[in-house]
Amino acid sequence: MFQETPLIQKKNRQQTIARTIFMIMAVLAIIPLITIFIYLFYKGSPALSWEFVSEFPRRRMTEGGIFPAILGTFYMVALSLIIATPIGVLAAVYLNEYAGNNWFTRIVNLAVVNLAGVPSIVHALFGLGTFVMFMNGPCLLAASLTLAIMTLPVIIASTKQALEAVPMSFREASWNLGASKWQTIRTLVLPNSFSGILTGIILQVSRAAGETAPIMFTGALYFRKQLPDSIFDQSMALSMHLYTVATQGSQIPEKIQFGTAIVLLGLVLIINAASISLRVYFRSRKKW
Amino acid sequence: MQKTIEIENLSVNYGKHNAIDDISLFACKGEILGVIGPANSGKTTFLKCINRTIDFTSTSKVNGTVKVGGENVREMTSVHDLRRRIGMVFPLPVGLPLTIYDNVAYAPRMAGVRDKDELDELVETCLKQSALWDEVKDRLDSLGTKLSGGQQQRLTIARALSHRPEILCLDEFSIAVDPVTTMRIEDVLVELKKEITIVLVTNLVQQARRLSDRVAFMNQSKLVEFDEVDTIFGENPKEKLTFDYVRGYFG
Repeated sequence: MFQETPLIQKKNRQQTIARTIFMIMAVLAIIPLITIFIYLFYKGSPALSWEFVSEFPRRRMTEGGIFPAILGTFYMVALSLIIATPIGVLAAVYLNEYAGNNWFTRIVNLAVVNLAGVPSIVHALFGLGTFVMFMNGPCLLAASLTLAIMTLPVIIASTKQALEAVPMSFREASWNLGASKWQTIRTLVLPNSFSGILTGIILQVSRAAGETAPIMFTGALYFRKQLPDSIFDQSMALSMHLYTVATQGSQIPEKIQFGTAIVLLGLVLIINAASISLRVYFRSRKKW
Repeated sequence: MQKTIEIENLSVNYGKHNAIDDISLFACKGEILGVIGPANSGKTTFLKCINRTIDFTSTSKVNGTVKVGGENVREMTSVHDLRRRIGMVFPLPVGLPLTIYDNVAYAPRMAGVRDKDELDELVETCLKQSALWDEVKDRLDSLGTKLSGGQQQRLTIARALSHRPEILCLDEFSIAVDPVTTMRIEDVLVELKKEITIVLVTNLVQQARRLSDRVAFMNQSKLVEFDEVDTIFGENPKEKLTFDYVRGYFG
């Protein structure tokens, strides 16, 4: 018969303690998230309705919806992506596929890593000092450019990572068959890193949608009666709207503040969920 | 006898490491050149110099001349054309993440072949030549990367033949292949050498003996001896080192 010696008993005891500690930490990590959810829904759900997301605010924000803010956020994020994605992806392809390992690429890589760590308020001040000055005042385009500058380094970094995940041996095999670098990139590297590149971009969408500081001075405003007519107009935006209804007005009902927060959080979560399901879908079709 | 590959005083350095030290040899059309030697003797580097994939190793420095079909490869205007004239098979099979059909049709397509019938015929011929056709003919549209190691290696050989090369270089192709398949591929090589030049880098001394017409024996970056197969494997090679190596006294 198998006897439990004191040593084995000690081992089992330690194992139980270790597992319990790890589990408690794991639970602790998700408590804030769940609490935020419950709290927001408890406070804000009375405000949620079709009118809330489809109408303009009325009576100094105390009634009505937040449609202009949703649309403004959509405009800003979409425009910033249109600017940042081609530059970021193509720059990453150059850095990873074409550039040799020399002082220039090392400096660019270092700059990319450091830019990704710059606080968003610094990007905001930069946007204010350049784009807003240049365009004679804040507008959608200036805000989108600021967001683009903010997301660009991260898009470059994530795209590079996706490209690096394609094994070097595929490229070598292709070159050995007489294919040029561009043919190799077009037929092998990009199709097989597409999901990774896309995931990186989508995650930047949710980041850009949630940031307040970069758009505060550059193109978002507190309230506007009309929707923006062009990219040279200012616009409301969700994050900015949340900031103002939460801090500026004393008459604004609590449910509108929390309702706005739910919409913003929901939007970000939906985008993240889309990114995750894309990744799962592409992983199931992984070709090697 | 037409010399298709001529190497004169070739030296290659990776940084400070001397991978190939002043070798001169040649290979002829209608012959198999066997390259034997222990690990780290510069055999793979030698192959990379022929199709200039050595260029992708940024630390490498090449001296001396490599001529393919009488032309110096350094002075060729299109390196892609050069690589299309040379088929390469490396020890670890790399199935591209494409279908079996697309794997074989890859090189012709990159060279501009678009005609469906031409590609169909080419794919079939190449897969037959590499002894893979019977196993995959019913599933040409499944992924090449999902084949077994040995099948992938034969797929690589089919791919190397797909652009109708003048020269076929094989680097220890039999590592991932079972003995029976190895024999089948060896038969194919003997058949192929009538039309093209074959460079066979191998760790299997007996394989070099079976197949080669000429043998180059490399050791520690140097070419120890280069001669006809009967001399290298005979009783009186010029160097004692060669005699010891092919009989397994060393290495």
